Amino acid sequence: MSETRLLLQSSPHVRDVSSVQGIMHTVILSLVPALIAGVVFFGWRALAVTVVAVASCLAVEAAILRLAGKPVKTALVDGSAIITGLLLAMNLPSNLPFWMVGVGAVVAIGVAKHAYGGLGNNPFNPALVARVFMLIAFPGAMTSWPVTTCNGATDVLTAATPLGIMKMEGAAAAMQAASWWDLFIGNVGGCLGETSALALLLGGLFLLWRRVISYEIPVAFIGTVAAGTAVAWLVDPTKYPDPLWQVLSGGVMLGAWFMATDMVTSPVTRKGMLLFGVGCGVVTCVIRLLGGYPEGVSFSILVMNGLTPLIDRYVKPARFGAEAAQAEGGKA
Amino acid sequence: MSGIAEVTKGLWKENPTFRLLLGMCPTLATTTACDSAVGMGASAMFVLVASNVAVSALRNVIPDRMRLPCFIVLIATFVTIVDLCLNAFFHDIHKALGIFIPLIVVNCIILGRAEAFASKRGVWDSFLDGVGMGLGFTVGLLCLATIREVLGNGTWFGLPVTPEGYQILVFALPPGAFITLGFLIGAMNHVEERRKANG
Repeated sequence: MSETRLLLQSSPHVRDVSSVQGIMHTVILSLVPALIAGVVFFGWRALAVTVVAVASCLAVEAAILRLAGKPVKTALVDGSAIITGLLLAMNLPSNLPFWMVGVGAVVAIGVAKHAYGGLGNNPFNPALVARVFMLIAFPGAMTSWPVTTCNGATDVLTAATPLGIMKMEGAAAAMQAASWWDLFIGNVGGCLGETSALALLLGGLFLLWRRVISYEIPVAFIGTVAAGTAVAWLVDPTKYPDPLWQVLSGGVMLGAWFMATDMVTSPVTRKGMLLFGVGCGVVTCVIRLLGGYPEGVSFSILVMNGLTPLIDRYVKPARFGAEAAQAEGGKA
Repeated sequence: MSGIAEVTKGLWKENPTFRLLLGMCPTLATTTACDSAVGMGASAMFVLVASNVAVSALRNVIPDRMRLPCFIVLIATFVTIVDLCLNAFFHDIHKALGIFIPLIVVNCIILGRAEAFASKRGVWDSFLDGVGMGLGFTVGLLCLATIREVLGNGTWFGLPVTPEGYQILVFALPPGAFITLGFLIGAMNHVEERRKANG
């Protein structure tokens, strides 16, 4: 009767109530505990950095959409720019000058997202591209970490992160500077959203429960970091702290639960996700234990983002019926 | 093609930096500052014009099967002249450009124009082609260097532009060169498509 009865569309064909907007709002909610932890440990400056990051990401997004002649309003309310802004802020020290945060937003949204074609087309995680860009652009400001408020801090006081201490002074000094408990609740120096393993774990489990992410990438990522650092610990415990300390410190929790699991830039199959997580873990260990930087989580995720198309190409699920056909062919 | 068109094609339609993507190595390496970019552009332009004229004048004498070694010897002669002159009269720029002056010998633009243009055309046309391509190369380098020096170092030809502490160091480093080049090529393609769409 009507001509719309035969719809030709590419996969996926399954219809579901979940939408881009719904998923984005769940992710925003899951980041709230880590944000609260950031404000608790680094003061109101942490919140200010977050607000500036989100606002400038939204502004850049709106400006580019307008320039490109695309609908501005629908793309703004889908929440993707808000998440990029939130994740960007979580990857920054809380005492960073605001104009640098703005530069980061321009790089995240303008370069890493829209230069590649916008939402769904970016090969690299926008927030991480911006973080690494800023690390190279502002090496001084991006590596001066404020001390947490519990240790009598103001904006003025800075100190090395536990991983930085590990690199320079060895395991004993690092573990004295930050106990397991400090790392778990987040009472250590670092980016404003990465320090509290507890808050990040809460958010990550919430995402898992709401099925926004699946367990493969975080488990493979964290497991590989634990395994790799365990080897180093057994070889030389004076130089390298134990694996639990390693997993709780730095950006592993933030990276494994929130950054590596980004749907656009990670593989689509379960096997591919496991491979992706293991790869992230291996690169992180190599940089942490052998490289020049104290922490390698953001680099590791970007490297694996680059390998994602290759993983998706070689780790394919069997076509429906393909296994049976092969078995039959074997018999004959 | 008229004489003027031979010159202007190097500036836009066949710009060596942004459209032919030739000579990328000096393009990325010498554009950290404007004065070294201009030094590189001018040196390459001198060699380009001189080698175009020489190759064109000798095109009927050079045996076809031996043409590439002959071109290289001609080009190397002019590069040696540039190298010694820069060292004598513009010592600072010579120091800043370093290895990239002798490397002009293997610059794809110069060998490319010798092979594709000068070895088939007359001396006057080849001269104009060399001028156009050299100008296009120099302007391309200057565009890149302006963006990189202002953002990365806060200066333009050494003059301070932005206040102290507002520099984005990455633009002075190799990644900044790739990012800037990518956006400039994108902008150029965009303008070109607009022009085509408008007739």
